[in-house]
Amino acid sequence: MIRIQARTEPSNIMKVASPLIAIVLTLIFGSILFSAIGKSPTQALQVLLIAPLADSYNIGEMLVKMGPLLLCAVGLSLCYRANMWNIGAEGQLLAGALGGSAVALFFIHSESVFALPLTLIAGIVSGMLWAAVPTFLKLQFNSNLILTTIMFNYIALYLLIWAVHGPLRDPEGYGFPESAIFADSTLLPTLFEGSRIHLGILFAIFAGFVGWFILTKTHLGFQIRVFGADEPAARYAGFNSKKLSWFVMLFAGGLAGLAGVAETTGPIGQLTPNISPGYGYSAIIVAYLGRLHPIGAIVAAIFMAVLYMGGDLAQIEMGIPVAVVSMFQGVLLFFLLACDFFINNRFINTNNQATN
Amino acid sequence: MKTHNSIFRLELDNITKEYPGCLANDSISLSLMPGEIHALLGENGAGKSTLVKTIYGVVSPDQGDILWNGKEVSIKSPSIARDLGIGMVFQHFSLFETLTVSENIELCLSQKQLSDIEDLPHRISQLSEEYGLDVDPSRYVHSLSIGERQRVEIMRCLVQSVKLLILDEPTSVLTPQEVAGLFNVLRTLSKEGCSILFISHKLHEVTDICHKATILRGGKVIETCIPTEETPASIAKMMVGDLAEQDAGYSKKEGTETVFKATNLSLTSKHPFGTTLKDINFELKAGEILGIAGVAGNGQDELMAIISGEDGRNVKRALTMGRLEIGHMHPGERRKIGMAYVPEERLGRGAVPEMSLTENALLTHSKGFIKNGLVQWQSVKEYASELINKYKVKCHGEFSEAKSLSGGNLQKFIMGREIGQSPKVLICAHPTWGVDVGAALAIHQALLELRDQGAAILLISEDIDELFLLADRMAAVCDGYLSPLIKTEDTNIDQIGQWMAGTFINTADVQEAKA
Repeated sequence: MIRIQARTEPSNIMKVASPLIAIVLTLIFGSILFSAIGKSPTQALQVLLIAPLADSYNIGEMLVKMGPLLLCAVGLSLCYRANMWNIGAEGQLLAGALGGSAVALFFIHSESVFALPLTLIAGIVSGMLWAAVPTFLKLQFNSNLILTTIMFNYIALYLLIWAVHGPLRDPEGYGFPESAIFADSTLLPTLFEGSRIHLGILFAIFAGFVGWFILTKTHLGFQIRVFGADEPAARYAGFNSKKLSWFVMLFAGGLAGLAGVAETTGPIGQLTPNISPGYGYSAIIVAYLGRLHPIGAIVAAIFMAVLYMGGDLAQIEMGIPVAVVSMFQGVLLFFLLACDFFINNRFINTNNQATN
Repeated sequence: MKTHNSIFRLELDNITKEYPGCLANDSISLSLMPGEIHALLGENGAGKSTLVKTIYGVVSPDQGDILWNGKEVSIKSPSIARDLGIGMVFQHFSLFETLTVSENIELCLSQKQLSDIEDLPHRISQLSEEYGLDVDPSRYVHSLSIGERQRVEIMRCLVQSVKLLILDEPTSVLTPQEVAGLFNVLRTLSKEGCSILFISHKLHEVTDICHKATILRGGKVIETCIPTEETPASIAKMMVGDLAEQDAGYSKKEGTETVFKATNLSLTSKHPFGTTLKDINFELKAGEILGIAGVAGNGQDELMAIISGEDGRNVKRALTMGRLEIGHMHPGERRKIGMAYVPEERLGRGAVPEMSLTENALLTHSKGFIKNGLVQWQSVKEYASELINKYKVKCHGEFSEAKSLSGGNLQKFIMGREIGQSPKVLICAHPTWGVDVGAALAIHQALLELRDQGAAILLISEDIDELFLLADRMAAVCDGYLSPLIKTEDTNIDQIGQWMAGTFINTADVQEAKA
């Protein structure tokens, strides 16, 4: 009989081999999947994985998707390091978008240089507030952070839908549930002519380095790492868990809020009900793929963005149904995480031993 | 497959096991006769644990053969070891507290073994009587003392008709009286032909009970001797090499002013199986070591947690440091005003296993290493390597992960880190538990040096010899009560042993506490 046994120490070979094995398994699975629905597997894989990086336009679009993923994932990495199970990046992102948009609409006829900074700050603060409520509930009443943050995602979503149907709806928008298009003074500048790459993407990469700096260089970051690695040791050392919890939650909420406001003031240019295709949820995966390391998150966010982008292209260019694309992405993540399992575990054959 | 007629129950032939960067076992050969009680001695990191884990199938050797009754065997898992008749009692018991003794024993039996035994509780009672183990199969484990739990572990091996029993430091958790009981059981087992492999740090026990001893050092067999022909001192010398100094008697000191005080400290346990602290009073003076004896689980953990502040509950005026009331402070605040703390668990509490020694140095000692919120890693690194040199911590360097160090070496490091903060009050739990002779000596001397510099030290230990060696004043805890304090030179092992059993507790108090 084949059994699974925990390894006494993590396997170094598997640490390197695990992502490679996962990719090979996904390619095999993908080939079967695409053949089964009558599409050329090579073409499908090319469109899904290579096309997003093939030309400058596609790279630009890919980076536009990477920005919000990365901003959310950096904050979440710090939260998870500190054992704060914040599933609420999506809600914090939406809150940031909502709060930022309200300020942007206030400046709709203004050309003030303060318009954009104030809009961004409003987004950040809104995201922080949205993270603050569950944090307060957890620290004060020991409520379950996972549940409260998820619930706050829904509250944020419906608050946003209410806003675009009500107070923030464009009065000249023929009743569409959308805000007016923001004034130029509140739009994030694009970095290259003809591309949608905007300043928010630089913020995101910068946030990755800030996250790395906090974790590795500051005493606060050290305390966060100790908390995540070994909570009894953190309590023994006398670290203030409340302070750390507040810090990581507000940091994550602020970054997610920035992601939200950067979407509305960046590529979208107005507030609509569907500004996020679930960036805040995907960022959880990004954070874990990046092994809860902010620099790792940069790589993982690019990877996820490629998947998003490839999925779009596969629908447009090959007519592959969106469900099949999601399935392919899900399988890739499944294999990645499944192969990680073998870093710390292995199969053993118990039949062999019984004969000894 | 090697097979030859052999009179040995177990033979190890050139067992070698290498871990990255460490040769844990270097061609170790060892043999055990049926009925032989064999001591395995050595400093921490000498390779004893690796060796017994190899025999018990937890670790597979890189090279070498294991012969069981003259037949070569490959023990790939503990279940195979158990099928052969090898039983092991680990330092940390693996019992479910919410299950009965009988249920716990049933859990580790295979289907076949279970069908062979018709009535398990009856079998347990039978064996219990036969070996004088005094184990009631229907009791719940949480209601058992540590000594009783150990006997359940031994019973678990006996039910499986064990031919070789491995005990990893079995006496470290027992009262002197319980140790005597354990030795009787072991002698009976040995007379019936069961071989026993006995790991211990307490040398007089080895000379008491063992027929033979194998001494390991640096993964190699240094010597095999007959303990009755040796003295504890001569064995200690073999263990640590020629450079070994022995713990001599240390002079006792009298403390000066009171720096720490517990007044009428009572606290209900948070944990259902924990101990409630009952009206604890003591004063800790500068320049003294106050030793608190007691069998594990009598309130030591709870007392440490409330003194260090990790318990988290506010005990207001019950604790004072100097004139300051500290009952409401967080552990971090208490550290800031001069308290340091060496916890019982080194790995996972005193040090973060996956972090380097540099990072672990910063864990509790951040003073002077933080500028504008930034860690001065270079200085921390220098400090860590200073600690490593000063306390002779065996490791590859300050970048080594804490988990790669042996228990004794990590303890020296943690002790050094806490002492390095020049604390006014040092709380120290089981500082040499599971630590080899050489490291224990270094730790003892560090504690005494700190005392002589004027620090107040509260030493909680289950090792009564160590308390008599180090403490200037002593007390014992039993069931959450603290005995009176007494000068070490005015008491003896008998009295403290009785206090550990609770004879000091005034029955009227108990009635009152219950009412």
